[in-house]
Amino acid sequence: MPERDDGGNILIEASGIDVSFSGRPILKNAEASVRSGEIMTLIGPNGAGKTTMIKVMLGLIPPHGGTVRRRPGLRIGYMPQRLTIDPSLPLTVNGFLALGLDRAQAKMGRRRHVLSEVGASQVADSAIQNISGGELQRVLLARALLRDPDLLVLDEPVQGVDVWGQTELYALIRRLRDERGCGVLMVSHDLHVVMAATDQVVCLNHHVCCAGHPEMVSRHPEFVSLFGTEIAGELAVYHHQHDHDHDVHGNVVPHGDHEGHVHG
Amino acid sequence: MDDFLIRAGLAGLVVAAISGPLGAFVVWRRMAYFGATLSHSALLGIALGLLLGISPMIGVAGVGIVVALVLSAGSGGDGAAHLSEDTLLGILAHGALALGLVLIAFADNARFDLMGYLFGDILAVGMTDLYWLFGVGTLIGGVLLWIWRPLLTMTVHAELAQVEGIDVARVRLVFMLILAALVALAMKIVGVLLVTSLLIIPAATARPLSRTPEQMAALAAICGGLSVLGGLSGSYVFDTPSGPSIVVASMVLFVLSRPVAALSIRR
Repeated sequence: MPERDDGGNILIEASGIDVSFSGRPILKNAEASVRSGEIMTLIGPNGAGKTTMIKVMLGLIPPHGGTVRRRPGLRIGYMPQRLTIDPSLPLTVNGFLALGLDRAQAKMGRRRHVLSEVGASQVADSAIQNISGGELQRVLLARALLRDPDLLVLDEPVQGVDVWGQTELYALIRRLRDERGCGVLMVSHDLHVVMAATDQVVCLNHHVCCAGHPEMVSRHPEFVSLFGTEIAGELAVYHHQHDHDHDVHGNVVPHGDHEGHVHG
Repeated sequence: MDDFLIRAGLAGLVVAAISGPLGAFVVWRRMAYFGATLSHSALLGIALGLLLGISPMIGVAGVGIVVALVLSAGSGGDGAAHLSEDTLLGILAHGALALGLVLIAFADNARFDLMGYLFGDILAVGMTDLYWLFGVGTLIGGVLLWIWRPLLTMTVHAELAQVEGIDVARVRLVFMLILAALVALAMKIVGVLLVTSLLIIPAATARPLSRTPEQMAALAAICGGLSVLGGLSGSYVFDTPSGPSIVVASMVLFVLSRPVAALSIRR
């Protein structure tokens, strides 16, 4: 596993995390850390323990082993995977954003500003149950931002969003990171977009298969065996110069001498 | 007007004023069955009160608190004995009700009015009862105001609330405890079998007329109050049992609110 230099700006760091549910191990000696200004993405197959790892880092699930260290005074903005509010609760988007904030944070002007920052101004007065999946994701992001977080934690932020919206949403997350300098920890399935939009990747399948820059991870043998040579090969393309092509199996072949597809 | 009617009206209004906002949370959090379990188990409390020679009200509150603690400890575990919470509530509700009825058979039945406990006896509310109602009612209302924001936040999303620093388990327990206390109070008004209706029906009636949670809570209190007054008048005029008459009045209000609901959906 490639070592990262330990600067003093680590926001949160989990190490040696063990979690099991009813005797079934979910996480074994898992580790991850996020530094400020860095986008760190947890990837891995379904049921690999990605959401569990996030919940351990948030303090929602106590791990059976291991430690989570946070920078003292760390402010976290959390965007949960889904939000289901009973239709009997009369709540507008604006009312939802104001919930649980102190008075200064909840100022109307601030809420309006953050809503426009994430591109969801048009739903401010709609009932929260009536907005679309993509709008809801943006509203959840706005709620997280209203807390002026040092660390944004996003559990599958583009869930229920169409392909165009996905690219846009990831671009938004990156822009927010650039403007605010906060760290971002997210879980994702969409390998393609994520690998291009992230600084650090941890590939999780109960244990950490591999971690590091997206480019290194996508060439790591464990990653390749987990996702198949096809996907791994395609992903590597985002990050390296093309002095070669790939055949249908993702193997590297010299230029022009293959039966596979050509990139770029 | 007779004194007993005025006392009955005041008692009903106090209970309606608290059960409206609490009922709104019961509806939002889908805890209707939990409310029913609390109220059905109240009969067990009455029976224990009779057998131990203490006030039935204290027996009810005691059993309610135990039920609240058991359920609050049970939620969050991974499906004890492979049964859903729904099923466990059903077992607890009817088991406690049946056990209460059986135990009452052992008690000295001479002065005991089972029907009064099952369907309420609002016309028998005395001055002492009224003082209790005002005291405990104010306490419940105060506690609800105190936990209002955290409770609403965790009703929207429990984990989000926890990450934002709310002690979710503690707030949930406090909510269950004031709900148990309300059941003990409301029992006198509509009886063990109908307590849940005072929580659910006014809140459901208020829903289409409300734009914010606070509006819905206030309107639920008002709908509950109107039901109490309407039910009592009906009971006086037609000589019908008062508890069920109050519930029938709240049903009438609910049915009347439906056209508004239909309109607000179309809008």
